[in-house]
Order: sequence, then C-alpha cells, then structure tokens
Amino acid sequence: MSPVRTAAQAGVMECPQCSAIHPRRRGGTACDRCGAALHLRKPDSLRRTWAFLLAAMALYLPANILPIMTTGTLLGSQTNTILSGVVYLWEDGSYFVAAVVFCASIVIPIFKLAVLLMLVVTAQVRSTWRPVERTRLYGMVEAVGRWSMVDVFVVALLASLVRLDALATVRPEPGAIAFGAVVVLTMLASMSFDPRLIWDPIDAHDKQA
Amino acid sequence: MSNYSDPRADTSLKLCEHCDAVFRRIRLDPGERAYCPRCGTELYRNNDRRYGALLPVVLASLIVFICCNAFPIVTMEIQGVSTRTTVWGAVRVLALEDMLSVSTLVFVTTILMPLVELGLLAYLLVPLWLGRIPAGFGPVVRLIRLGRPWGMIEVFMLGIVASLVKLSAMATVIPGVALWAFGALTVLLAVVVSFDPADLWEHVEAIEAGYPPAAEDRP
Repeated sequence: MSPVRTAAQAGVMECPQCSAIHPRRRGGTACDRCGAALHLRKPDSLRRTWAFLLAAMALYLPANILPIMTTGTLLGSQTNTILSGVVYLWEDGSYFVAAVVFCASIVIPIFKLAVLLMLVVTAQVRSTWRPVERTRLYGMVEAVGRWSMVDVFVVALLASLVRLDALATVRPEPGAIAFGAVVVLTMLASMSFDPRLIWDPIDAHDKQA
Repeated sequence: MSNYSDPRADTSLKLCEHCDAVFRRIRLDPGERAYCPRCGTELYRNNDRRYGALLPVVLASLIVFICCNAFPIVTMEIQGVSTRTTVWGAVRVLALEDMLSVSTLVFVTTILMPLVELGLLAYLLVPLWLGRIPAGFGPVVRLIRLGRPWGMIEVFMLGIVASLVKLSAMATVIPGVALWAFGALTVLLAVVVSFDPADLWEHVEAIEAGYPPAAEDRP
C-alpha cells in the first residue's frame, strides 16, 4: 500500500456534490459554491445503514416465500415465486434469460445483503481487515444493486399485457411488493453507508505507529 | 445568497470519495481517468470530449423517451385475441390491482426519474451552450445527482426481454415501436450517465471568467 496523505492530515474536506475543497472546520455548514450540506462523514451512517439493512433482511423472507404472480389459463392457474419463475424459464429452454434473471433476482440480493452486513459489522468494530477488498466490494454493491428490479418489471409488464379474461390472465401478488421493497431498502442501505469508515481505523492506526 | 455566488471554488485538490486520501489534481488528456492508488476508486476523468456531445444526446434521448411512452411496447396474440401494453398501461394496471406501492415504484424508476434527469440536464445545458448560467444551477446539479440512481431504464429493458421470452411460450408476441425505442434509450442514457453533472461547474467558471458583465455586478 503506497503511503498517502489523508484529508484529516491535510486539514481539508470536499463538497460531496460539487467537489469544491473546504477547510475541515466547515463541517456542518453549507458549500459556498453549490449550497450542499458539508459533512466530514455521511451523517449517522452506521445507524441508518443498520436500519435499512435490517428492514431489508426482514422483508427478504416474504419476498422469496410469497408468490409474485399468478398465471391463469384455460388449463388452470399457477402461482410463481421469484425462484419458481427462474426454474420455469430454465425448463422452458430459455437458458440465457434464466441465467440473467437468476443472477439479478437471487444472486445479487443475497450478495448485497451479505456484503452490507459484513461492511457494517466490520466498520462498527473498527476492523482493519482487508480495506482494499472491502472498498471494492462496496463499489460492486453500489453498481449491481439496481439490477434486482428486473422481476418487479416483469410482473408489471405481464400483468398489464396478459389480460384476456378466461383465456389467459396474469395477476400480481404480494410477493412483488416485498421484493420491490427489498431492492429499494438495500439501495438506501448502500447509499447510507460511508466507505470512508472502512479506512478511518487504518488511518488512526498509522498515526499511532 | 445567490445560487452560484462563488463558482471559483478551490478545486486544486481531489479527495478519494471511498478512502479520504488527498491528491493534487493534474490535467488529464481527453478520455483519461485518474484512480486512487490506495483503494482503486476512480477519482476524476477528463470528459471534455463528451461535453460537446452531451446536449445533442440529451435532446435525442428526450425525443426517444417520448416514443418509449407513446407507443405500445409489445402486442400479444392468443387465438385471434390480442392485447398490447405501454409503460403507462403497466403503471395503471398495477394501481388497479391494489399494488399502489409497486405501481409507484415502476412509475418513478421508468418514467419520472429519467424524465427529470433529461429535463434538468437540458435546462442546464441549453443556457450554458448560449454562454449564460441558468438560475438555481447548484440545486439543480444536486437534484440530478440525487435522482440518478433511481432511473432504471436499462433494467426495465432487461425486464422487457425476460417478459417477451416468458410470453413467447404461450402466445404470439409482436414487438412494438416502444421496444426498439427502449433499446435506443438504454444506449443514449449510458452516454448521459457517464457524465457527472458536477463537472459542469468548470464550464460555469469559464463563463464567469470570460464575461465581464457578470463581474460588474460584484462589489
């Protein structure tokens, strides 16, 4: 790791919205250039991340157990959960789309919840463990989070398109609400988390050495 | 307090947004990017080449956006009976099915936020192009950056593809104009979001510096 100067050592801070440099004592005031609130760290970062994360975890179960939609045809009706929708696509022979939806709806939500939990716990105990990798994981969570919305959009499109009364109908089910909420809550959790908290214990450690 | 009271702020330094390391800004060549040597996060990039293309791309996106919403995405046929849907149709059906929260989510991510982003960018870029600074520049830049994560056109595009594949098993599906429009909008918006609106401050500073009338207002 190459030695760097930190903002604390240099006595500066940056406007999060327009990148203007201000002296560190300006924390808590507004940026002269763009008017954004200046904070040394995202306010209440750990508490807010915990709140959004725990809410997302609580809703993760109903999101996966409850059906997200019911398909009714002349041959009878069938309810689908997130997972059974992927299985249906796979058995139908649409392997590529099945794999993409599997990643977006199953892998990404689990990955996000697990990484955010790990980040918030390690930041809470001021761990100095593998900061580069943790920062990179945070960047990945930020980048991929939105893709989980795919299934919500599929339900919306099918429900509005397949409306042929007795012939074929798709009805949205409560699982879609829980799943949409999980996506939004994990996005809010990752936005509330301040990755600089990963580095604060390390910079403090270096100072003592 | 004016909204752009002091555009000539200190930007000689750049802080890494992920690890808070400090670096002196250097002049990059067009297309180059600077990364933090400590944690690997991108610090800043030279977007001069993109800036020239941004206004045309934003205006083109607005036109394509209208097509996305004015035409049906897909038409489905089973035994001679056909239905079609638009984005607004999806939002409306969800609301009617007692799914107001999901309906709102779809509306915000596929209609409202993309429209707000494009509209506000046009609001900033047209006056800048004419050499003027639009009122409320700072708050508008902040609003664009705040709303950006919630515009999900590219994810919606994937949702359309997954829906078509599911439907093709049980019915005949005919792609509509909006399907192609969404494909085009996905590409155009990828260009738009690669540009950080905060970089526009540089151009505001240039206009302030180059136009003496603005300086005369100052004491």
